[in-house]
Formats: sequence, C-alpha cells, structure tokens
Amino acid sequence: MAVGPRVLEAAGLSQPGRLNRLREWWEQEHVFGYGLILPALLLLACLVAYPFGMAIYFSLSDYWVGSPGRFIGFENYRALLSNEVFRQTVQNSFVFTIIAVVLKTVLGIWLAMLMVRTMKLKRLVRGAVLLPWVIPTALSTLAWWWMFDSLYSVVNWTAIRLGIMSVPGPNWLGQASYAMAAVITVNVWRGLPFFAITVLAGLVSIPREFYEAAEVDGASSWGRFRYVTLPLLKPVIAVVVLFSTIFTFTDFNIVYVLTRGGPMNTTHLFATLAYQVGLNGGNLGQGAAISLFLFPMLAAVIFYQLRYVRQE
Amino acid sequence: MASAATRAGRIRSGLYTYSSLAPFIFFALFPFYFMLVTSFKSNAELYNLKSIPFWIQTGAITDHYSLLFFKTDFFIWMKNSLIISVVATAVSLLISILAGYSLARLRFAGVGAFGTAVFITYLVPPTLLFLPLSQVVVWLGISDSIWALIVTYPTFLVPFSTWLLMGYFRTIPKEVEECALVDGATRMQTLWRIVLPMAVPGIVCAALFGFTLTWNEFIYALTFVSQSASKTAVVGVTADLIRGDIYYWGSLMAGAVLASVPIVIIYVIFLDYYVSGLTAGAVKG
Repeated sequence: MAVGPRVLEAAGLSQPGRLNRLREWWEQEHVFGYGLILPALLLLACLVAYPFGMAIYFSLSDYWVGSPGRFIGFENYRALLSNEVFRQTVQNSFVFTIIAVVLKTVLGIWLAMLMVRTMKLKRLVRGAVLLPWVIPTALSTLAWWWMFDSLYSVVNWTAIRLGIMSVPGPNWLGQASYAMAAVITVNVWRGLPFFAITVLAGLVSIPREFYEAAEVDGASSWGRFRYVTLPLLKPVIAVVVLFSTIFTFTDFNIVYVLTRGGPMNTTHLFATLAYQVGLNGGNLGQGAAISLFLFPMLAAVIFYQLRYVRQE
Repeated sequence: MASAATRAGRIRSGLYTYSSLAPFIFFALFPFYFMLVTSFKSNAELYNLKSIPFWIQTGAITDHYSLLFFKTDFFIWMKNSLIISVVATAVSLLISILAGYSLARLRFAGVGAFGTAVFITYLVPPTLLFLPLSQVVVWLGISDSIWALIVTYPTFLVPFSTWLLMGYFRTIPKEVEECALVDGATRMQTLWRIVLPMAVPGIVCAALFGFTLTWNEFIYALTFVSQSASKTAVVGVTADLIRGDIYYWGSLMAGAVLASVPIVIIYVIFLDYYVSGLTAGAVKG
C-alpha cells in the first residue's frame, strides 16, 4: 500500500518535495552505482575506446598528417606484410620479447629466492633491487646509452682490462646482434624488479610446514624447489609473465632512446616503427596499421589473463 | 657444541646469500652510480681514453649542471612535470575512487562487465593509442601544451587506480557501511566519511603510483608536445640536450640525475607502499 501525503502529515513529516524525491532516487543502489562509474566510463569511452576505433579507421585509409584520407580497405596491411622493414620488425619483436621475458623469469625467481633469505638488510636490499623499476626509464636508458658508447663504453673498458675482450671491443649500438643484446639487457635490467618483488610476495606466502614435510621425506634442496616452490608459485609466475609479455612486446622507451630502431632496423619494435612511420613520416594510416598488429597479441594475453582471474 | 655448529651454518648461509645477491645489486645500481659520476666529471677526463671511468680523478666540477640550468629550459620542464603529475594524478584518483567503490561494493546490472572493461583498458598499452590520440589532442586544440598531457594521462591512470582501489575497498568489512546507512547517513556520506578513511593506505598507494607513472611517462609527452616550454622533464632532458651530432654527456647525465630526484625522494619515504602496490596490482589483477 502506498503511503499518501496525509499519512506523512499525520506522522509529522512534510510532503516530499522535488529535492527529496531526487535524493531518494539517487540513494537507490543501482542509480548510485551507475552514477559513480559514469565519469570513469565517459573518460574511457572518449579517450580509449573512441581513439581505438579511430586507429582502426586510420589503418583502413591513406590518412596523412594534415590530409584526411579516403578508405582503401586492407591496402596498408597488405603493403606492410610485403615490406622488408616490417618483416624485420616482427622478427625483432619476437626475439626481443621471448629472450627478455625468459631471462626476467629465470633471474627473477632466482633473485626472489635469494631475497627471501635476507633478514637484517631486507628493506635495503628491496630498495636497491626495485630502484631501476621506479626511475624514469627514458632517463636511466640515457645512462646505458653512455655505457654502450662506441668509443668510451665502460663495459668494453672493463672487459678489455679483464682480458675478456680484445681491443677495441664491440660497437654495441652499431652492430646488429650486439644492439639487440644491448636493448634486451636494458629491458631485463628495468623489468627484473617487477618479477623479483612479485615472486618474493608469492614465496613469503608459502607455509613453512610444506618445506619441513618435504625435508622429512628426504627431499634435496633441488627437490624442494622443483616439487614444492615451483608448483605453488605457478599462479603468480603465470600472471607476471603475461603482464610482462604485454609490456615487453609493446615497449617503446628503451629502443627509442638507445638505438632508434637501428642499426639497419635490426632493433625496431612495433611501437618504434609505428612512431617513425606515423609521426616522423606523417603516414598515419600505415602507422596505425603497424600499432594494430600489437592487438592480436594483446587480445590473446587478455583472454588468458581474464580466464585466470575468473578461476581465482 | 650444537649451537656453535648451527651458528656457523647460519653465518655460512648468510655469507652465501649476500655474496650471491651482490652481482644483482651491482647490476641494479651501477647505472645510477655511473650517471652520478659522469655528471661531475670534467670533459677533459670524460673523453680521455686513458683515464679510469669508475671515479673522478681530476676533481669534481659542476659545469654540466650550470649548462643545464642556464642554457636550457630545465626549470620550466621540472615545473611542467610537477603540474602535470599532480593535476593528472588528483583528477584520476577522484574518478577512480568513485568507480572503484562502485565496482567493488555496489550491486547493479552489468557491474561485472564494467569491471572487466576497466581491466581490459588497464592492459591496453599507450603505444597502441598514441597515433589516434595525437589527432584527438589536435582537434581539442590543446596540442603542444601541458593540457594535452593532463587530459590524456588519466587514460592509463584511471584503469590502473580503479583496479588497485577495488582490491582495497573489498577488504573493508561491509558491516561498517551497513551500520552507517542504517543510522541515516546518505550513501555519499558513507563513502566519504566511513569508507575512505579506512582505505587510506590504498589511496596513498594509488597516488604514489599515479605520480610515478605520470612523471616517468615518455611516449605521449614526446608525441603531443614539441615546443620546449611545454615539455616534461623526462622528454626535455632526453630530447633537447642532443644537438645534431654533439652529445653533452655530462649535462645529459646531470639532467637524468636531477629529473629523477623527486621520484627518488618519494620512493625512499614510501618504499613499503611501492612494494605492496606492485604485488597488489599484479597478483590481484
């Protein structure tokens, strides 16, 4: 039964005014809920979803800076697939991502296993290990650039003094495979903290009893690692590897600062090539097509990630 | 006897741990040390192949810093970075608190789908969107100004902070809110006066990461801004100190050191928040 105004008056309450009705409406859980996500939703629709749609449109047109292009279908994609530089970029991206992620995973687990044993200097060690991840990558890459300088490289200087290299040592950023090694080194340097700290959090959460039980059963330290630590860390490692794969595959800063994609395009990644073609070259259509090649990879990772989150 | 043996064992294991950690720590810190040393070295020593690169032999000089201060727009870049980071982080935080609370706590049709949408945008890297966004910025008439960055940075900050805050809001007991609502507080009052104070660690964490991510951001800042007076510190140092084929290595390193200082200060004070935020963002995400 509806409560009429007379009942409210009898109860000593004034008739609900417009403002009150608005307030009541706003207090409903679903109205309030939609209201709160509205700003975020508007922002993401205008500045993420819409630009994404534009990227698709650009990639299907011959859009140049300053001249709105016309629709040309899959011409940009076809041109790219037969382009030598683009093929080189695809190959670089996979080499770069696979080697860097494997190195970060192995070294990250190793580093975390060492860090979990530190007692007194725990905070100091964590602070030092995490630092490369916090400092602006473009700036720390400048330091690496100087360390890989063709003439004054401190790496070569040291290696020559130690007798590991013969004079003058490799020209790190000027020779194809060395440049790739340099770019991967910096990426591992910068990404390792993320792996180590996250795996460390996983390690800390493993109950001590598991190890004690394994020890009673006579497991060696390798056995404990292989049959206790690794299976229990698997979920954490899976998430970190998926995350890192996205951010390594789409990396821009390190290559842009260190090599600009050179020498002879041997270190170009999708992002740096898209920048060169789309912005320096002004060919927005083809640039957009290059960055959209990131999308299948991204979609696959998101798919696995979501499936994993649902399982949790 | 037994205790002496375990003590010796503990010392040996500690020795093993720290000696194995040493190469990792060296690898992590050396580039920063080298940056610092280079920034105080005279050019004569810097470009002398016979000198030892690891330390300064002929006396520290501050010329590289002077060049940075008086021959470039360094202070303007730092000011720009500060304004952009503070404003973009504050705006994003406000939007994310509302959205994060709603997605973590309220029940309405489609809440799961919205949560998934936020997560997906969280994973979309800036390198996928910088080309169309550069055009959006032109259409909005804000290209080549710090507004281009203030407007676009929330695109990656909001999904990240919302995701982080959702995790924190879920840890707050629901009964507290229900009590407040029963006592006649409006939903907004409950959020601001009851829930927010309990979520302070999460908010601090999101603010720290927001500031760090915006201060360090590179590709948007490089793409959307080209005049020196609107550049951020990171892009200014990286792009404006290289003129043709001449590299001012000393000043480049000096700029890299100084532009990292704000982040280092915050980092040293709030280290534990960084550690917890890093693991929360990845493991819960």
